[in-house]
Amino acid sequence: MKFGVIRFPGSCDETDAVLACERVPGSSATVLWHGDADLHGVDAVVVPGGFSYGDYLRVGAIARFSPVMESVIRFSREGGFVLGICNGFQVLCEAGLLPGALLPNDGLRFLCRQVDLEVVRASMPFTADCAPGERLSIPVKHTTGRYYAPPADLESLHAHGQIVLKYAAGHNPNGSLDDIAGVTNENGNVLGLMPHPEHAVDALTGSRDGLKIFLSMAHAHG
Amino acid sequence: MRTVDRALALGLTEPEFSLICEKLGREPNEVELAVFSLMWSEHCAYKHSKKLLRSLPSEGPRLAMGPGENAGAVTVGDGQVLAFKVESHNHPSAVEPFQGAATGVGGILRDIFAIGARPIAVLDSLRFGEPTSARTRYLLDHAVGGIGHYGNSIGVPTIGGEVYFEGPYEQNCLVNAMALGLARADGLIRSAATGIGNALVLFGASTGRDGIGGASVLASAELGEQDAAKRPTVQVGDPFAEKKLLECSLELLDRGLLVALQDLGAAGLSSSSAEMASKGEVGLDIDVARVPLREAGMAPWEIMVSESQERMLCVTDPETVEAVLAICEKWEVHGAVIGSVISDRVLRVRDGESVVGEMPVEALVDDCPLYDLAPEAPAAGLYPAPPCVLGPDVSDPREILLALLASPNIASRRPLFEQYDCIVQSRTVRRPEQADAAVLALSDGSGIAVSIDGSGRRVACDPYIGTIEAVLECTANLACAGAEPLGLTNCLNFGNPEKPHVAWQLTESIRGLADACRALEVPVVGGNVSLYNESGGGPIYPTPVVGIVGELPDVAFAGRSGFARAGDAVALAGPFRPALPGSELAKLRGESLPLGLPPVDIGALRAAQEAIRDAVRSGSLASAHDVAEGGLLVAVAESCLAGGLGAKLDLAALAGSAAARELDRVVFGESPGAGFVVSGPEKVLQRLREHVSVERLGTVGGEALRVIAGDVSVEATLDELRTAHRALAPLFP
Repeated sequence: MKFGVIRFPGSCDETDAVLACERVPGSSATVLWHGDADLHGVDAVVVPGGFSYGDYLRVGAIARFSPVMESVIRFSREGGFVLGICNGFQVLCEAGLLPGALLPNDGLRFLCRQVDLEVVRASMPFTADCAPGERLSIPVKHTTGRYYAPPADLESLHAHGQIVLKYAAGHNPNGSLDDIAGVTNENGNVLGLMPHPEHAVDALTGSRDGLKIFLSMAHAHG
Repeated sequence: MRTVDRALALGLTEPEFSLICEKLGREPNEVELAVFSLMWSEHCAYKHSKKLLRSLPSEGPRLAMGPGENAGAVTVGDGQVLAFKVESHNHPSAVEPFQGAATGVGGILRDIFAIGARPIAVLDSLRFGEPTSARTRYLLDHAVGGIGHYGNSIGVPTIGGEVYFEGPYEQNCLVNAMALGLARADGLIRSAATGIGNALVLFGASTGRDGIGGASVLASAELGEQDAAKRPTVQVGDPFAEKKLLECSLELLDRGLLVALQDLGAAGLSSSSAEMASKGEVGLDIDVARVPLREAGMAPWEIMVSESQERMLCVTDPETVEAVLAICEKWEVHGAVIGSVISDRVLRVRDGESVVGEMPVEALVDDCPLYDLAPEAPAAGLYPAPPCVLGPDVSDPREILLALLASPNIASRRPLFEQYDCIVQSRTVRRPEQADAAVLALSDGSGIAVSIDGSGRRVACDPYIGTIEAVLECTANLACAGAEPLGLTNCLNFGNPEKPHVAWQLTESIRGLADACRALEVPVVGGNVSLYNESGGGPIYPTPVVGIVGELPDVAFAGRSGFARAGDAVALAGPFRPALPGSELAKLRGESLPLGLPPVDIGALRAAQEAIRDAVRSGSLASAHDVAEGGLLVAVAESCLAGGLGAKLDLAALAGSAAARELDRVVFGESPGAGFVVSGPEKVLQRLREHVSVERLGTVGGEALRVIAGDVSVEATLDELRTAHRALAPLFP
C-alpha cells in the first residue's frame, strides 16, 4: 500500500503521519506537495494535522482550494481512501467531503490530552482491525475540534452508520455533539477524526492503539 | 534638539556618546545614532555582565558549539548535535503578555535554526506575582496562550517548563523560553559573513514599523508608569510566517547554498548585519531601498532598527543567488538581495545611491564600554516577608500537606501544559508530570532529557548558594529520568545592575553558577542576560534560570516519577538535610527570607545523583522523584498522584524527636537536589545503599497516603490529594 501524505506550508504532523504509515508492514509513504495536483499514484491519501495555510481565517478554508485538494476531491469520488486527521478533518469538512463542521472547543483553549475513544463501527475500511466497542487510547491536540452537524445531518449520520469513533464517556475534550470523534462520508471511504492516531503508534511514546487505523486501511485495500 | 540630547533620550550616556563621536571622528547622523543606541544597549552589548560571564566554564568533551553563536550545541547519539539556548522576553511580556510570550518563543526558535538545527522542543520558565492578583491572572493566561499559539502552530512540541508565583514578580513578570534543535554534526552553520563580493540576502517576512527600539527602550530600562505607551515597541508574531521561514532556511542549508546564516532579533538588521560582519572580519554594504517593506515611507533608520519578526539574513555566493531566491519562492517568503560583503570593515548603509550611514564594525560590536559593577552586600533583607496564608494555628501535618499541594508553586501545572502540544514530531517519551525531566527519543535508541529550573526566592535568600541549588535541582531532575548532564544554558534575570545590591546579587549568582558547573563538569554553552527587571515596587527576586540537557544511553529505560507497582518498597535516598528557612512552608507561614542558606556539598550531591541515575537507567527502580519545593511528604504525594497509587510510610526513624517543629523540618523542610523518593523491589533498594544513603520509608499500595511518625499520623486519600493539587485549574476557567 502506498500512502500519500499531503504537505501544506503550515502542516505540522505530516512527518509523524509518514512515520505511522511506514509502520504498516509492506507499506510506504510519500509526501504530496500542496501546490502539485499530481497524486503520484498513491493508494490512499492522508491529510495531516497542523495549520495548512496559517488558518488565521476559518480553519481549513483556504486549503480546500489548493491544487492537491482538487485532486483529492476527485480521488475520493472515485472511491479512494482519504484519512483526515485534526486539521485534515477540518479541511475535508470545508471541502464538502465530510458532513458537519469543527467549531472552537467548549473551553476556547488549545487542549493536548490523551483520551479514550470507543470504536462505534468496526466493519469499516478504517476500523476493520478493531473490535466493536473497543477502546483506543489516542491523544487530541487542537483548539477547533468541537464537532457539529445540523439536526438533519446528524440524524442521517446516525442512520447511515457514519459515526465511526466516539469519545469514551467522560473523555469528550471539546464538547463535540454526541461525543463524536470521527465520521466517514456516506460511501465509507473518507474518514475525518480530531484525535491523532499517528501519535499513537508506539508504546514508547504513549500508546500503539492508533496504528490500528493505518493497519485497517492497508488490509481493506488488500 | 541637539544630537547629544537625542542620544540620551535613546538610552546612551554622555560619555558613551562622546566615545561614539570619537570612533566616527564626527557626530553620528540619524541612522548612525539609531544603530549605535541599540548596539550599545545593555540588551545587545551585555555591558554590565560581559566581564562576569567570562568566569563561566565553557569547555567540555561533548561541546560542539560554545558561547558566541546564536545557540550552543553538544554532540549526542547517532552523529548528531543538540543545539539549545534559553532567552528572556520579560519586558515585552509585562507590557503585552500574549505577543510578548509568543515572539519570545519565535525568537528562540530562530536562534536554533539559525545554526542549522531543526527545532525539536520548547520549554518555558515563567514568573508571576501571586495569583490572587487580577494582573497576575491576566499575565499568566495571556503568556501561556501566547506560548501555545506560537509553539503549537509551528509544529514544535512544548515538552516542559516551570512557573513560580511570588510577590516581587507582580509588576515585572518573567517569560523565559528555551528551545532545542537537532542537526547533523557536519550540518551546523556559523554566522560569520565571508567572501568579499558575496551577496547578502534578507528573507522572510517584510519589514514594518513594529518593535522599533525594543532592545533599548523596552529591554534595557526599568518598567514604569507609562508602559502602556510602550506597547507599539512590542513585536507581533506570525507563527505561519516562521514555519515557512524555518523550512526555507533548513532547505537552503540542506542544499549547501549558504555561506553564513543569522536571525534577526533585537535591534533587527543593525545587530544581525554588524554581528555577521564582525565575526567574519569583513564589512557589509546594505541598501535599505531593497528591503521589502510592510508599509511605505519608512525612513532608513527605521528599516535598520525595525524588530519585525520572522526574518533571516544569509550570505551566499553571487552564483547561487538565483537558487536561493527560488527556494524562498517555493516557501512563499520574501527574498531580496540587500547588499554585499565588502573588504572595508564598515557597516555602510545606503538608500539607493546615497550613503546614509557608515560605521566601523569594530566600533559597533566591540567598542561599547564594559562596566565594572560596584557590588555591595545589603545590610538587611531586600524583600518584604511574603503574606501569611497558613496561620500558626494550623499545625496538623495533614492540613499542612494539603495546603502545600494546593499552593501555587506546587499545585499541578496541568492547566498550563495541556495548552501546549507536547507530542508533535513523535519523539516525546516522557511528557509533563510523567517524569522529573522531559525525555525525547533519538533515532539510534538513545534519549535526551531536559529540565529548566531556578527558584528566585532561594536565590534572594542567598545568591551564591541559591544559584548552586538551581543547578543541582536541574541535574537532580535529569538523574531521576536516568540522564547524565551534557551542557547548560542560562538566562540571568536580575534588577538594575547599577544598584549595588543588585550588582552583588548578580556577582554572587554568577560565582555560584561557575562553581557548580565546574564541580559538575558541565559546560555553559550559551545564555542570555535580562537586567533592569524592576518597577516602582522594587527589584524582582534575582532569578538565574538554568536549562540543562542530558543523555540516556537507552531511552526505553527513561525514569518515571510515579509509583508503579503495589508492594514496591519506598525509600528516601541521598544526603538529604532538610531545613525550613526559605522553604515553601516558610513562605506560606509568612516568614521573612533568611539571610543566607546552609552550605551545599556539591561533590556529595553529585555522587548521590549519579547513583540515582545509574539505578534508573539500569531499569531497576520503578520510580524516582527528587524532593523539591514542599519537602518530603509533598514529593511522596506527587509520586502517589503521578502513579495513581497510595503508599504507607513509617517515618519514626527519620523524624527522631517527636517535637512538632522537628517533624515539620523533616517532612516539609527542603534540601534542593539532595533527596530522592524512590520505589522498587526491596533488593534493588538494598543494592542502591552501596552507593548512596537510603532510608526505607514504607510500601506502595492502596488508595491513600498513610504516614505515621511516632504518635503523629497523616492520612489523605488519593482523591483528597488530587483535589488539593488541582488548585490552579480555576485560573483557566
